Amino acid sequence: MLSRTADHLYWMARFTERAENLARLLDVTHQMSLVPQSVTAANQNWGAILALNSLQDAFAKSYDQVTAENVLRFMVADPDNPSSITSCLRAARENAHAVRGTLTAETWESCNFTWIELRDQKFEQILSGGIGEFFEWVKLRSALTRGVTFGTMLQDEALHFIRLGGLIERADNTARILDVKYHVLRTDEGTTDFYQWGALLRSLSAFEVYRKVYRDAITPARVAELLMLRPDMPRSLHACATGIIRVLKSITNGQSAETERRAGMLHAHVHFTRIDDVLAQGLHEYLADFMDRIYDLGDGISRDFLVAAI
Amino acid sequence: MMSTDFYNEMYDAASALRPHYKSYADWLAATPPERIARKRAEADIAFHRVGITFAVYGDESAQDGGKERLIPFDIIPRIIPAADWLALQAGLRQRVRALNAFLNDIYHDQEILRAGIIPREQVEGNAQFRPEMMGIDVPAGIYAHIAGVDLVRADSGEKKGEFFVLEDNLRVPSGVSYMIEDRKMMMRLFPELFSHHQVAPVQHYPDMLLENLRTVAPTGVDNPCVVLLTPGAYNSAYFEHTFLAQQMGIELVEGRDLFVKGETVYMRTTQGPQRVDVIYRRLDDDFLDPLAFRKDSMLGVPGLLSAYRAGNVTLANAIGTGVADDKSIYPYVPQMIRFYLGEESLLNNVPTYMLRQPDDLKYALAHLPELVVKEVHGAGGYGMLVGPASTRQEIESFRARIVAAPEKYIAQPTLALSTCPTFVDGDNFGGIAPRHLDLRPFVLSGEKIDMVPGGLTRVALRQGSLVVNSSQGGGTKDTWVLEN
Repeated sequence: MLSRTADHLYWMARFTERAENLARLLDVTHQMSLVPQSVTAANQNWGAILALNSLQDAFAKSYDQVTAENVLRFMVADPDNPSSITSCLRAARENAHAVRGTLTAETWESCNFTWIELRDQKFEQILSGGIGEFFEWVKLRSALTRGVTFGTMLQDEALHFIRLGGLIERADNTARILDVKYHVLRTDEGTTDFYQWGALLRSLSAFEVYRKVYRDAITPARVAELLMLRPDMPRSLHACATGIIRVLKSITNGQSAETERRAGMLHAHVHFTRIDDVLAQGLHEYLADFMDRIYDLGDGISRDFLVAAI
Repeated sequence: MMSTDFYNEMYDAASALRPHYKSYADWLAATPPERIARKRAEADIAFHRVGITFAVYGDESAQDGGKERLIPFDIIPRIIPAADWLALQAGLRQRVRALNAFLNDIYHDQEILRAGIIPREQVEGNAQFRPEMMGIDVPAGIYAHIAGVDLVRADSGEKKGEFFVLEDNLRVPSGVSYMIEDRKMMMRLFPELFSHHQVAPVQHYPDMLLENLRTVAPTGVDNPCVVLLTPGAYNSAYFEHTFLAQQMGIELVEGRDLFVKGETVYMRTTQGPQRVDVIYRRLDDDFLDPLAFRKDSMLGVPGLLSAYRAGNVTLANAIGTGVADDKSIYPYVPQMIRFYLGEESLLNNVPTYMLRQPDDLKYALAHLPELVVKEVHGAGGYGMLVGPASTRQEIESFRARIVAAPEKYIAQPTLALSTCPTFVDGDNFGGIAPRHLDLRPFVLSGEKIDMVPGGLTRVALRQGSLVVNSSQGGGTKDTWVLEN
């Protein structure tokens, strides 16, 4: 397959996944803001989203205050913010457009239709329609596109690169969401707010899964374990790492050995870790290191497959 | 009245239905208007959703991925009886055979120039003539593998509804994807029509094209790697490029995906370099190779010409075909047919005044309001004057352009293009009205000459307009060649 085609497929999947996870993150923040809290605390939560994506400076250029509405506007609909949901879905569509011949008609139409529906909506309409419903819509469209992709596409290289893009992005995004929320939620008194943790789990579609796996009260350590180390939890770091090494194995080429080795190391890193050790080491440090490694993997994939040298 | 002035595809001069439209007209009369309206809306949504759109040059907003325009689709088909098509097909075969012979000749021994049939400077002085092609042997001697011949139908003296060739498009003719999508849409909207009519299928065009491209691979290549070279996603015909590549199951490449090493073309793949044997290129000559042609081209492949000259890759169409479809060469095509094939032309040429010749220029300047004046190198309906449809001011400003450089223009009598009933929407009027149309069949040349029955019918949606180009507000219709 053409390296450029692989590149477009990979980024189409990354941007689609990114939009979905952003919707998840904003959704949980929005839901958490509905429980009684001080204005300062609420705005801190919204500010944390900007910090998480290193967007404080870009935000400050167009908005004077960190408020729920401003952050939502910036992260949902601002076309000048390359990380907004609008920008992500547009980039996903543009990447799909460039390789529409490689996609099945269903996959392309789903991706295109998401963009067509989104571009006609003003932020005010989205707000008045209920921001929660909008996030549901983003997740639903993402699920739909993923569904027709895996349900209709030939299981060849094209699909491998789509899968790879989705996994890399999801691994990074799950780590980010957990990183930002864990610190907000873990109080010094050691008490746990059931509703806040419940919202976090729900945002990652993990609430029922948690109940099923632990059949016990919600504790921060277990939430971290579920989202990081469970091999059978589809959005966990472990599951993503497993997927990544599998996909790399099926697309391997003459120069990808080092990238595969690093992916294997990353997998071992989450596979053989216990949550107690992670917490002892410091969750933030662990997640930051994980995100660095994912970034490094993305770099390697790009070098080995996507911008092939002569 | 329009119906008496122009040949109507559906009704004869006495306003009686032509026999081949009878069955369709019965169906239309029996179908409730609400159903028609619903289906027309459905077609619009479907075309948008599938993304069958085009970008208009100079329309900046087209680049934001949100403002692409649809080419309007009309649900009344253009129907051609079998006998008419057989005659047309023979004429097209003959014409394209002669054009390929002409190209082979002028890039080799130039017998037609030595015989004095076409003035040498008309060919060698033509901007589309590529001296780089002199002496290069191309597989099977084929230059124009894909030809899109524009035909119109008009009354000509005693003869009614004669087909005329308006233009031979031998560079990178487009539109074939609309031919196929229009058929798909008609079958989706009105499947019952196809059980009442024996309509010749067209959807196998991509298979035919691929087969054709494989037969012209460089000698010694058994299982050629064929690719489609596109200028990229912002090209107005990008939809078609992706469509054809997908239908043929070949890679859609951009210039940056290819490189030349050792006079051989490779594409960059996730598994390393892979050799390319045949390039169906949808990129103009000028942009193909920055080392040979336009230096600023970012779309081409450096060194491509060297690989081509070495015979290691086939380009379809060949470089330098533009000299044969140029409007200044067009008047000579009947003579070409006589010269190379020893036959009389089966298809009519439109009488053409070459304004480089003083007598023709004088006549044209005196009759501008009746004539159509075209730029010799123009295409897409840009830079032309339709005398009868222009204001005096437009005619005068065009006159100044002609006088400044007469060699850049040709003039033709305004043909009374045939019309076909078409759904039109307007502020004051919505319904069915006659609109002018043309026909572009796609002729494939390789080991043999082949085509699918019919082609793309374009229709000028504005009342009275004779310009059918999509960039000028034209639409399309499904084209039915009946099989009996």
